[in-house]
Parts: sequence; C-alpha cells; structure tokens
Amino acid sequence: MSQSRDTFTGNRGLEIYEPLLFEIGSTENCGVDLPDPEPVTSRLGSHARDTLDLPALSEPETMRHYVKLSQKNYAIDMSVYPLGSCTMKHNPRLNEKMARLPGFGDIHPLQPVSTVQGALELIDTLVHWLITMTGMSAVAMSPKAGAHGELCGMMAIKAALDAKGEADRRVVLVPESAHGTNPATAALLGFSVEAIATRDDGTLHADVVRDRMGPDVAAIMLTNPNTCGLFERDVIEIAEALHAGGAYFYCDGANFNAIVGKARPGDLGVDAMHINLHKTFSTPHGGGGPGAGPVVLSEALAPFAPVPFVVKDGDGFKVVEDTNGEAAESFGRMTAFHGQMGMFVRALSYMLSHGSDGMRQASEDAVLNANYVRACLEDLMTVSFPGTCMHEVLFDDRFLKDTGVTTLDFAKAMIDEGYHPMTMYFPLVVHGAMLVEPTESESKASLDLFIATMRDLVMAAERGDTERFEGAPHFAPLRRLDETAAARKPKLRWTRPEPIPEAAE
Amino acid sequence: MRYLPLTDSDRRTMMERIGIASIDALFDPIPESAQLDGLLDLPRQKGEMEVERLLSQMAAKNTAAGSVPFFVGAGAYRHHVPATVDHLIQRSEFLTSYTPYQPEITQGTLQYLFEFQTQVAELTGMEVANASMYDGSTGCGEAVLMAHRITKRDRAVLSGGLHPHYRKVVENITGFAGLPIDTLPPDPTGAEDIGSHIDGDTACVAVQTPDVYGQLIDLAPIAEKAHEAGALLIAVVTEAVSFGALKSPGSQGADIVVAEGQSIGNGLNFGGPYVGLFATRQKYVRQMPGRLTGETVDADGKRGYVLTLSTREQHIRRDKATSNICTNSGLCCLAFTIHMTLLGGQGLQKLATLNHANAVLLAQTLEAVSGVEILNETFFNEFTLRVPGDAADVVEALAKKGVLGGVPVSRLEPDAGLDDLIIVAATEINTDDDRAAYAAALKELVG
Repeated sequence: MSQSRDTFTGNRGLEIYEPLLFEIGSTENCGVDLPDPEPVTSRLGSHARDTLDLPALSEPETMRHYVKLSQKNYAIDMSVYPLGSCTMKHNPRLNEKMARLPGFGDIHPLQPVSTVQGALELIDTLVHWLITMTGMSAVAMSPKAGAHGELCGMMAIKAALDAKGEADRRVVLVPESAHGTNPATAALLGFSVEAIATRDDGTLHADVVRDRMGPDVAAIMLTNPNTCGLFERDVIEIAEALHAGGAYFYCDGANFNAIVGKARPGDLGVDAMHINLHKTFSTPHGGGGPGAGPVVLSEALAPFAPVPFVVKDGDGFKVVEDTNGEAAESFGRMTAFHGQMGMFVRALSYMLSHGSDGMRQASEDAVLNANYVRACLEDLMTVSFPGTCMHEVLFDDRFLKDTGVTTLDFAKAMIDEGYHPMTMYFPLVVHGAMLVEPTESESKASLDLFIATMRDLVMAAERGDTERFEGAPHFAPLRRLDETAAARKPKLRWTRPEPIPEAAE
Repeated sequence: MRYLPLTDSDRRTMMERIGIASIDALFDPIPESAQLDGLLDLPRQKGEMEVERLLSQMAAKNTAAGSVPFFVGAGAYRHHVPATVDHLIQRSEFLTSYTPYQPEITQGTLQYLFEFQTQVAELTGMEVANASMYDGSTGCGEAVLMAHRITKRDRAVLSGGLHPHYRKVVENITGFAGLPIDTLPPDPTGAEDIGSHIDGDTACVAVQTPDVYGQLIDLAPIAEKAHEAGALLIAVVTEAVSFGALKSPGSQGADIVVAEGQSIGNGLNFGGPYVGLFATRQKYVRQMPGRLTGETVDADGKRGYVLTLSTREQHIRRDKATSNICTNSGLCCLAFTIHMTLLGGQGLQKLATLNHANAVLLAQTLEAVSGVEILNETFFNEFTLRVPGDAADVVEALAKKGVLGGVPVSRLEPDAGLDDLIIVAATEINTDDDRAAYAAALKELVG
C-alpha cells in the first residue's frame, strides 16, 4: 500500500520534508532590521552577557519554514475533528479580528484604570453573559485554562470549609470517568481523592453519594454532562445530598456545550464550575493552548473568589486587586494579571454573534449531530451505554473483538482516510474507549461521509483486512511514531552535532 | 445563524433517522424542573457588522499603548512584533489544531514546540525546557512546588525583588499546599541579603533579575549559598528580551528558570494570553510540570517528534501527577518561536542593546527633572523613579496629559509605604519625542 516510487529529494509533491530551523538557519543571519542604538554609558554593570549562539532565518526563509511545518498539521478548518470532550468547533475569524483591535490587544494590564474602561466593560459584559447562562452568583475570570479553573473552584471550596472551621473535610469524591485534571487538582490542594462508583448505565446514583457522606467529605468533582456523553440524571439529588452533608459540588464544565440555553448549572445545585472558553465559546485551540477557564460560583462560594475582579464604580468600573475591603474573604491571587483577556474578547464576540437563540440552537445541533452519528453507527460499532447521548457518543472496542484490530489501530486507519481520530482510551471506564464529539459545526453531508468511512473501516476490520490497520497511517507525513523510544532516552532539544571525525583507516 | 451548517430539513431528516419527534427528546435526561422553557434573558443573534460595531465601541474607550508615549512595564512589555509573526500564527493549521495527541498528523505543532524548547533552553542557559506554562507567574508557583518535590523540604524563600503579583501567586498555591514561605520585605534598591535566609530547611530561594524595580541581581553568590545548604535557586525573569543583554541564569547556577515570554512575539493583551517559559537541569526533568516534546523515529526510521514523559502528567498519573496543568500556551509559544527565529541570537542581542540604550536615555531625560530621582545602580530596560508626592496621583495625572508613564509601586505593594515610587520601562518602541513628552509632562506636575 505504500507509495513505491522514490524521488531525488525524498519529497512527494506537496509533502515536503522540513529540517529544524537550527539546521537551516545561520548565526550570521537576521530576519529583523533594527535601528542602531545610540551610544550610551552602559548601566548593566557586571551583568552583560557574551555572545548568544542562536541561528536565525531571513524573513522569506522564516515564512517558508513555518508554512511547511503548518502543512504537517491537521486542523478544524480542514475537516471533522471529533475529539471527544474537546469541543473542536469552528473558530470564527471575526473573533480574531476583534481581539486584535488596538483597544483590546494593545493595552497593558497595569495601565491606569481610567484608560482601560472599555476593557473592564468587556469583562463585566462577559460576566453578565456567563452568569445569565449558568444561573450562578459570580464569576472568577482570572483562571488561565480549564485545569486552572478547577484549581480556582477547589480553592474556593477549601477556603469556604476553612472559614466554617471544617478544615478536616479532606476527601474529594471523583468518579473513575473523570478527566485526569480532576484528581490532580484535588491532590495538589492536599485533598485525598476517593473514587466513586457509577452504575451500569454510566451515570452516578444519588444513593451512592448519600451513603458516602460524612464529616470527612469536602466535595465531589463531577463532570456534567459526563465524559461518557451522558447527562447525570440524578444531579439535583446528588447536589442535595452533598449540601445536606455539608459538602460542595464542583462541576467540571468541559461539556457545557451540550446544554447552553437548555439548562443552567445554578438550577442543578452546582457550587463551582469552570467554563473552557476554548471549547464552548470557540476560542482557538491553537495547538494546545492558550485556553481560558473562568469559574462560575454559587452564592456560598462567591465571597472567596480570587482577585483581581471588576466591579461597577459609579458610571464606570474599577478593578479590585488586593485582598482587603470588598475582597476581605478572597482566597488570594492565581495569576499575575486579569486572566486571558484575548480569549474574553473572542468569547464575547462568539456570544454576541450567536445570541440566546443561536447558542441554544448550537447546543441542540451539537447534541443532534452526536446522536445522528450514534444512530448511524450503533448497528456496527458498540455504543457503551444504551439510549440517547448528549453532545458526544462513547463507543468501546467490543466490536473489534477477534479482529486483531485495536482502538489505536482503528484510530490510525482513520488518519489515512483524512480524519483526525476521536479521543481514544478515555474515559477509562470502558475498554478501548472511542469518544466521538462532532460539534454543531459539521454539516449533514460532512457527517454522512464520516459515518460512511467509519462503517467501511469497521467492515474492513471484520473481514480481516488487517493491513489497513496494523501499519496505519500509511499516508500521513510520518508513519507511526515510536513513543517508547522517545521516553526511554528523552531528547528534548536540538544540540549541535559533534564534528565528524576524519576517517581513520 | 452563519456558523451553523444544518438546515431545518437536515434537522428533520436526522431526527427521523434517530427516531425522535422533537429535539427536546434528546434533552429528556435533564430533570424537568431544570429544563429551560424559553430563551435566556440575553440579546438575540447578530450579524458580523453589528458585533464588530459593538466591540469596536468598547475598544475605543481604551487608550491603546501604541497611541501615546508609553512606558509601562512591571511584568508585561510593549515590543514591536514583526508582521510575519501574526500572519503565521493565524494559519488555520496552527490556529485550529489541538494538542498533538496524534503525532502523525501534528508534526507541525510538535516540531515548533521542539524548536521552542531548544530556544528557551539556550536563552536561559539551561539543559531542558518544557513546552510552556500559562504565564511567568503560574510557572513561578509550579517551580516552588517542583523544588519541594525534589528537595523533600517545605520552606521557600522569596526575594523582596520578586514581582509582588508573582509572590502572591506563590503564596496562594503554597498556602493551599500547606508549605511555609519566607517572604523578604520589598527591596527597591536591591540591597537585601537573601543568602542569610537560607538554611538546612530551605527547599528553594526564588530571585528575580532584573527584579521588579529594575535592579540587576548577581545570582551566582545566591546559587552558591543555596547549593551549600542543599537548596535550589529558582531564577525569575519577567522581561524575556533581557536574555539578549544579561548573563543567563543557567550560567550563574540557577536550578530552575521561570520567565514570562510575552515580550517576544506576543502583544500586551491586557495581561493574557501570555507564555510561561520553564527550564531546568536534565537531572530534574522527571519532576517538571507541563508538556514535553521529544525526538523519536517513525516506523520507517524517519525523524519525528512526540509528546513524551507523559507519565508525569495528569491524564496518566491523575492524583500522582507533577501538576494539574493540561492546556498550555501553544499558539503563544509559536509566536515566541517565530519571533526568535527572525531575530536569532544576534538580533536579540541588538534588540536588547536598543532597549537598554533607550532606558539609559530615558533615565537621563527624567533625572533632569528637578525633584525626581532614579533609585537604580544598574538596570536593563526598566528602573524605579522617586517622585515628590504620591506616585499613583502622578501616574494618573500623566495619563490625563496623554503619557502612560509607568506603574506606581503602591498599585503592586499597597501596604509597603513605597507610595512615591514609579516603575518605568523603556523599549525599542520609544522615540526621542516620547521621552521629551514624558519629561515635559512630569516637569509640569512635580517640577
């Protein structure tokens, strides 16, 4: 199946090999023209450095280098990116344009507050939208990403417990299906993490929570809709059980895209929930970041929110930056400045564009698309839990039994068909998990081709066409990469090659 | 709605295929009492033109840094970013890709992260760097936790020259983790003797250079003191362009270097997104937080890159992970790397020299205003000005005169009694006219 004919360069048409910049750059080169500094008496004292031996590329070389690298990436703008729990939806370019307005992109976080009233207005407006959508009391805007938001919410919970003199509540309940960030966050704050069992239908039973409540339980960290793509039916009873037992409800809001405009976390009894602006509100994923993770808080937790935050001040706005006065109970500061302003602008641009009607429609379409994929594949692939799903559908590898094909092989074969694979081997509660989240950005035609491709792959696996899977991908810029070798002897940076010794014969 | 491709007839066909009569059937699992009937109490959808108008009106209420003589720093700096950088980072393949979990179709991201790690290691003078933290301040918190894991000791010593917001971030995370902190008092003149605070219980000492007041700190003797006591030196840098002018922290014995990388390739953005640089010695790599990209080969023996050593990370180790971080600052790393690629070592050195020269010229210009004094012996592109009267009032009054003149120390340290100090930054963007305008305005206010 591999392409047989060799080329002189090793390249294949548009597939062009690109070395590291260090291998093609020169320390004599520079891609920036700067004016000559005026001669001055140095104030560097004894701190001045010698040479700095880093190669540069001229501007045209830089352009080609990074354009060629970009061509080795898969992206939402190409095709379906069905990475479950990541909400790879369309990133509107209007949002990029708005974030680059000099009034947002070119303002300093410590400029006089009188010179950034529009920025504070934007934050205040975004707060209003988030509160209205979630039915909560307050929002902490500074967390830099989802996991940072989890940290924020759990810090607020710990601060609230401390304030009540209940610091000995040290147990945080986390279902097995949770994102790894949940237990990692709880552990970082000194909580001990206790797994909590879900029932056979993939959701958590309120009785399990009720039975576990005691003076040692601080909180639960529950994703809703959960990572199996299911809405937690007992969520209100779970919240009541937690509150009755003196504990708090942290909700992982990674999957908020399923329910915007359909239900509000505040009506479900949630005390804190982070919102990944880079998922639900379309700020670009950027190859792994930056994200933004504002945290909505209940009335009970609102006083403990971190600084800084924006408040109305007469006709304008001010920033509360210190933990005194109106922030006397704040647990402190999580980051140097105000949070991911660039993402705030993009998220608000998304919200204004969609409006209340468009956001509800987006959630409905996201859930409809996932269920359409489920309905069209459930005869061939094994859906892990019966019934309809929310915005993502979970399959496991039972349908691959006795084919010799693994979830990994299946995913890599999808690459050859021009698709980014779904989330693999997560959540951990089913074997060989494949979590598919199409998002509302897919047209029916796009889904139909995706579904047909998946069906063809399943049938190929069933009829023993193993070559299509084992060696896959065959048609990506690279074949399967040796991750074990990478970890065994980590090479984490380029180093200058040793000079080649003269041949000694 | 322009972003939603499904048509009403698509929706009907799909519902039929699923076997439901109405979309609400899919939302049945939501308890009835919590299902929203109507629309949220928020405005309806808007076209691109209307959204642009609304947001532009808000943006217009702010004073953009580029529109006035601008001298604000203290952890975020306005530099010129070449047009190539912003063009390249907006390529769809970079902008709309995600974490490179499938390395065969994300070599673009992985290779630039490998280049980023190499550049950061070279600049900081360290052996290895990760694929970024959220920003410098959160990286600083992570570094203190990492030092605790390595040394198995609890107490961290923080210099009085550390950016107060960084200090507060560290105090917050260590406070929750139950680790004691020894914070030295604010040190505007770089006079503290931090070495005398290091003892056999010290896990680490965190020192910033140039410090928040602009003073250049000799790290070598502090490193020596720390290492004698079995503690680690965390070097903190908030102005990455200074790497082009100053001895690297690694060459002075730092064990962990954390830096704010915003200055290279990234705009001010009112404080975020930025990019945290995080570098350390090879022997500590398995205690590092965050993602790492490593070199390997594919099935045909071709060189390629993958995310590696992920057994440190939350998605594998869960509650035993070195950090809870997942998302990093990918696209900001790319901006950093492209800008550094254009500059190279020589270009960065020239840029740094230009920054320093402009700061020296600014210091001379402002010192000539009577009643104004500069505290620094040494500085790179930022220094501390003592003015007669309340510095916050002066900065506000300067703004009214159309000059953004710096950060009053009282905004960062409200209780330190340092109410007459302004932290002033100069970069390559400043002109003779900017400096003259600053001096003239200051003279009118305090002269």
